[in-house]
Amino acid sequence: MKEDPPEIRNTTNGESDLIHTPPEFAVAEGDIHVLPEDEFVAGTSLWKDAWRRLLKNKLAVFGLIVVTLTAIISLIGPPLIKSATGYTYDYIPSDVMLIKSIPPFKSAAGSFSWSHPMGTDNSGRDLLARVLLGGRISLMVGIISTFVSLIIGVSYGAIAGYLGGRIDNWMMRIVDVLYSLPYVILVIVLLAVFRSSTAVGQLILLFVALGSVSWLTMARIVRGQVLSLKNQEFVLAARATGVSTGRIIFRHVVPNTLGPVIVYATLTIPQVMLTEAFLSFLGFGVQPPLASWGSLAAEGIQNIGIFPWQLIFPGVTMALTLFSLNFLGDGLRDALDPQMRT
Amino acid sequence: MLSTRRCELNMSNTLLSVKNLKTYFETDDGTVKAVDGVSFELEKGETLGIVGESGSGKSVTNLSIIRLVPDPPGKIVGGEIQFTGQNLLQLSEEEVRKIRGRRISMIFQDPMTSLNPFMKISRQLMEMTQLHLGHTRAQAYEHAVKMLETVGIPDARSRVDDYPHEFSGGMRQRVMIAMALSCEPELLIADEPTTALDVTIQAQILELIRKLKQKTGTSVILITHDLGVVAGMTDHVVVMYAGKVFEQARTAELFAVPGNPYTKGLLRSVPDPTSEQGKLYQIPGLPPDVAHLKPGCPFAPRCERATSICREEFPPFVEVSKDHYSLCHFGDDVYRESQAEAARKATA
Repeated sequence: MKEDPPEIRNTTNGESDLIHTPPEFAVAEGDIHVLPEDEFVAGTSLWKDAWRRLLKNKLAVFGLIVVTLTAIISLIGPPLIKSATGYTYDYIPSDVMLIKSIPPFKSAAGSFSWSHPMGTDNSGRDLLARVLLGGRISLMVGIISTFVSLIIGVSYGAIAGYLGGRIDNWMMRIVDVLYSLPYVILVIVLLAVFRSSTAVGQLILLFVALGSVSWLTMARIVRGQVLSLKNQEFVLAARATGVSTGRIIFRHVVPNTLGPVIVYATLTIPQVMLTEAFLSFLGFGVQPPLASWGSLAAEGIQNIGIFPWQLIFPGVTMALTLFSLNFLGDGLRDALDPQMRT
Repeated sequence: MLSTRRCELNMSNTLLSVKNLKTYFETDDGTVKAVDGVSFELEKGETLGIVGESGSGKSVTNLSIIRLVPDPPGKIVGGEIQFTGQNLLQLSEEEVRKIRGRRISMIFQDPMTSLNPFMKISRQLMEMTQLHLGHTRAQAYEHAVKMLETVGIPDARSRVDDYPHEFSGGMRQRVMIAMALSCEPELLIADEPTTALDVTIQAQILELIRKLKQKTGTSVILITHDLGVVAGMTDHVVVMYAGKVFEQARTAELFAVPGNPYTKGLLRSVPDPTSEQGKLYQIPGLPPDVAHLKPGCPFAPRCERATSICREEFPPFVEVSKDHYSLCHFGDDVYRESQAEAARKATA
């Protein structure tokens, strides 16, 4: 601590006050905890600290719970429905009477029934099963595309930032060029040109297309982090011990960028899911009989006047999940903010 | 110039010989000659001190030795660095990397920032021996524990898996020393190893370096601006100023009979609690801007005995006595004055 001249010494400062304390007011010996030189109060690790701060944030905890529940229910829901009611996402009853959509909690005859808590779609497929499948696919698209963007973005940004100079210049100009392309149109073109004949093929194409356009911001964030990290002494120390450049980038520098990367990745997931919903809404994304929340909403909007539940259920589920993911991302950002670290 | 005078020395005992090293930095403000024609030699098992003010080129000299000068803007533009018969400046990046950490290692100034905050101490120590000595994970782990014990970390086995933030500054510097010595290098470069530590810890760390040096026979280059540290630790001293070697001698001789006005100024500005009274001496002026050096002696504007020749002509590097060199037009005169002063002190 910087020593100020006595006359301007801050009297509210306990440490400085102590110097002027008359002997009779001196702190009792038992009150002072003397730490032996080589022993410390058990330190809380960076992650434990962040986790504690995250738990204090009510919205973030709400987000975390909703996202976890959505993920679990979408994962185990469909088999449960199948064993309970016999319906799956693509089961179309052969009964000709069932061409029209059934409202929630109603049987085909119109009486109360548990068989379709969310009703059915136009073909008589159970909407709950389809919404849960949509959840699976939407979350999968979000997570896998973000993962793809994470791998590309982090490596690209870290390499550009660490190597610097002309290589950095070129690499970042490429990013700038890609940035300037309207990415939704790019994805539409990619999906239209490589249109796959199978539904699963189309899904994989969607992962690749979304992942390959959403890494740009990640690359910029990581590059910025690496630029400030690479001048730190531990990088010089690592170089001085003969560690190779690749190892320094990926073992020493990249782990230090993890905080911002995690935050940005959690915020990328809802963004990608929204883009996927938008593409599916336009008919470029997931093809029937598979469903995502976007494609379900697209089907629902056609009948919004007569069968509103077809839009409401997938729409509300998606909105709730996206909200929660955003809350979680914001909470993580606050928890991992380096400026708030003590 | 130095090399020709020293060529009669037995080469087999010389570990490192730096000849006419020049490291320049290209900046918008012109070429900064951070290191300009530095030469020195280091024998096996010896400790060399490099002293100088901030910006005198001490650190850049040593970064040049292990070829870690930030490029751009820095560049080693000339000279030779012979390390056990190899010219380090002619090796490929790959070959230099095999020397770094294995045969020459470095300890840095600030132990708070020179350990990776995201890696366990064990991982950072293991990386060295796995890389250079081909240890397996288990071997490297055992070696890491052993090294921590060697540098005096209590309860090393339970501390080895801690993260750097769980260690104090002094202990981190011990960890750095453990890391630097874990491959038993032939040369240890300590770049102001105690500057960021408080005084009691400084003494402990220096003692540790000295003890380990005796044990392993490692040669040490100690960069510092603390003359007290130099006096206690080193065999030879190189005094640097404005990227040049101003004086070079055995430590005892340099402290007793300095042959350069700059060294004399430095020695006078060390407080002596036993005899000095009143105001502490301070060399007037500021270190020069090495991007715009005038043709004369770089120290001339601050030198008490500077004459017109000092401002016009670059001084010669004269041998004022055996193995004692001084970059000064009046090196011999200064040396004789110092001798007279020393004799007066001895009789008083």
